[in-house]
Amino acid sequence: MLGVVRQKMLGQSLPKIRPAVSVLRSYSSAAKQMTVRDALNSALDEEMSADPKVFLMGEEVGEYQGAYKISKGLLEKYGPERVRDTPITEAGFAGIGVGAAYYGLKPVVEFMTFNFSMQAIDHIINSAAKSNYMSAGQMSVPIVFRGPNGAAAGVGAQHSQCYAAWYASCPGLKVLTPYSSEDARGLLKAAIRDPDPVVFLENELLYGESFPVSDEVLDSSFCLPIGKAKIERVGRDVTITAFSRMVGHALKAAEILEKDGIDAEVINLRSIRPLDRSTINASVRKTNRLVTVEEGFPQHGVGAEICASVVEESFAYLDAPVERIAGADIPMPYAANLERLAVPQVEDIVRAAKRACYRSVPLAAAA
Amino acid sequence: MALSYLRSSSSRSVNLLKPLSSSLPLRRPISTDTTPITVETSVPFTSHQCDAPSRSVETNPKELLTFFRDMALMRRMEIAADSLYKAKFIRGFCHLYDGQEAVAVGMEAAITKKDCIITAYRDHCTFIGRGGTLLEVFAELMGRQAGCSKGKGGSMHFYKKDSNFYGGHGIVGAQVPLGCGLAFAQKYSKDETVTFALYGDGAANQGQLFEALNISALWDLPAILVCENNHYGMGTAEWRAAKSPAYYKRGDYVPGLKVDGMDALAVKQACKFAKEHALKNGPIILEMDTYRYHGHSMSDPGSTYRTRDEISGVRQERDPIERIRKLILSHDLATEEELKDIEKEVRKEVDDTITQAKESPMPEPSKLFTNVYAKGLGVESFGADRKEVRATLP
Repeated sequence: MLGVVRQKMLGQSLPKIRPAVSVLRSYSSAAKQMTVRDALNSALDEEMSADPKVFLMGEEVGEYQGAYKISKGLLEKYGPERVRDTPITEAGFAGIGVGAAYYGLKPVVEFMTFNFSMQAIDHIINSAAKSNYMSAGQMSVPIVFRGPNGAAAGVGAQHSQCYAAWYASCPGLKVLTPYSSEDARGLLKAAIRDPDPVVFLENELLYGESFPVSDEVLDSSFCLPIGKAKIERVGRDVTITAFSRMVGHALKAAEILEKDGIDAEVINLRSIRPLDRSTINASVRKTNRLVTVEEGFPQHGVGAEICASVVEESFAYLDAPVERIAGADIPMPYAANLERLAVPQVEDIVRAAKRACYRSVPLAAAA
Repeated sequence: MALSYLRSSSSRSVNLLKPLSSSLPLRRPISTDTTPITVETSVPFTSHQCDAPSRSVETNPKELLTFFRDMALMRRMEIAADSLYKAKFIRGFCHLYDGQEAVAVGMEAAITKKDCIITAYRDHCTFIGRGGTLLEVFAELMGRQAGCSKGKGGSMHFYKKDSNFYGGHGIVGAQVPLGCGLAFAQKYSKDETVTFALYGDGAANQGQLFEALNISALWDLPAILVCENNHYGMGTAEWRAAKSPAYYKRGDYVPGLKVDGMDALAVKQACKFAKEHALKNGPIILEMDTYRYHGHSMSDPGSTYRTRDEISGVRQERDPIERIRKLILSHDLATEEELKDIEKEVRKEVDDTITQAKESPMPEPSKLFTNVYAKGLGVESFGADRKEVRATLP
């Protein structure tokens, strides 16, 4: 594994004085800003430069510069041997990617969105995830499947599903969900260097968002550990877990809750599989209350797993039932007002946190 | 009585004692005799979008004897597996290859261990062809530690990466894109080697096959798709499953060759031709016209969808081992007795190996949690009762 893995546990060990504007955090007095898009692009660029076995494959990744411009400039820099435009045949090219990984190359396979990964899911699960086990260690599969996951804006039911829970239930896979640019860089580099199959779930709506990045993050050896969550905001009263775009919502909810005297601890999961149960449980043992937030369907979701983990490990510490905020239990509607009702909003998280703190408003009458 | 002692495939030394009454001139032991012999294949090749190779195949006594011994070993191994399954030493799925041995041995004769092979679940003999041992086969089938996948894989999941055998796959058709991926990696690495991706007539209709073939043709990958057409996809005859059962033509713009898969020399010639083609011109399809004597798997008697006459007819007319036996005898390369002795010896080897395999222990319970990841990162995993059984993944 190239480079040094650095533990980013900022916020856990250092008490911070938070400015009123919450999300921005300075490591140096003049922190650079970087969009998630650029973070992913630079990570791909650096890993391809460092290891000639890494190559990129997917629809429109080359000449089109990437459907979401994540792979911009890579074809020019690395050539068509290493940046491969594929036909619209997910089962075929995902299988080819896994076969190349069997031989020892390090493919990065892009799905234009993870909705299309369902065409290839057999290769992700049966050909990639299980191979190391079935072969008793002969066949490791150092592949990364990446692309946007979850809801975008107005793209309808077939283009809005979150696959975190599905993939994270499968042993043999690692499932990562970056939020910030630091996450995007560090986790993608870790994923590419990892010898196991990694499902890397990005989010289209985050691509254009800017986050501060320190010099350390910008260094080409920067890497984040897989399986470790990050405490984005330290708190005392309630733990809010979230991943991907919902981390931003959770942080906004925490600001609102602070005005009401509730000090929320926000955990950015970063890794859905392996799930950082120890960080989550340690936090709940401190705050005694938990709200899980996710964009995906509620039944059998990530929040369900977190709730079960906390009930199993830290039952005596819970002062209130675990609250779950998730996408609505329906296919995603198109109309803007309905779509807004189908995806968690900041006020949903605030309300759930208040319920967990026994400070809620009376429940609305059932529809 | 001429006695030939031919040891296992790992050591090819021979002690050939000829009787004084033998009318044969003093000749080199057949197992090292590489005097070329030319043999015609049973039928000419039929081609699609390419020029068929010649029917005349160059071989030699050593090769023919190797074919005979290897196929006899494979045959005996599969029959023994049948008995082990019925005696409940083997569980779950067991798909036997007897009848199709010529494809495995003919292919190996044309290629090196640097070329890749990937196949589906009917993989026991392909594994042997790639250099796997009998012990690894039987132990794996019985779920023991000495198995090639240490008992964690089972019948459908044999692998031998050091000889570029990539399994062993249970999902019908999945191995074809995987094989094209291997070919991609070979070309990317400039290895000048090829991949043989084997599939059956049942898998030949899979969409992902055509997806992978399209990409392979676009990118000129050294991928050779080999359809082992045994005419039945589980219980469904080819004419009921495929509108066009001319599998060698199904590649459309990709050239194809139809081969008598019961003739090891024809298989060898076709594979040699295909390798040369694939390295220069990209993908090619080989259709091996073959037959399986057993049903689809041990759960299938194999006689509800085909007649016993058909099965015995093929055994009579086209058996691959008999074909090589006749060739060896007609060219005077060995006597009937010598060949029977090889078969006896092979039988003993199989029986002894089974005894040995039965002594191999089942995997340790701690092995439940090994190899989930190549790099476990120290994460936790759980047994059925997570408060009772937990492990840290190495």
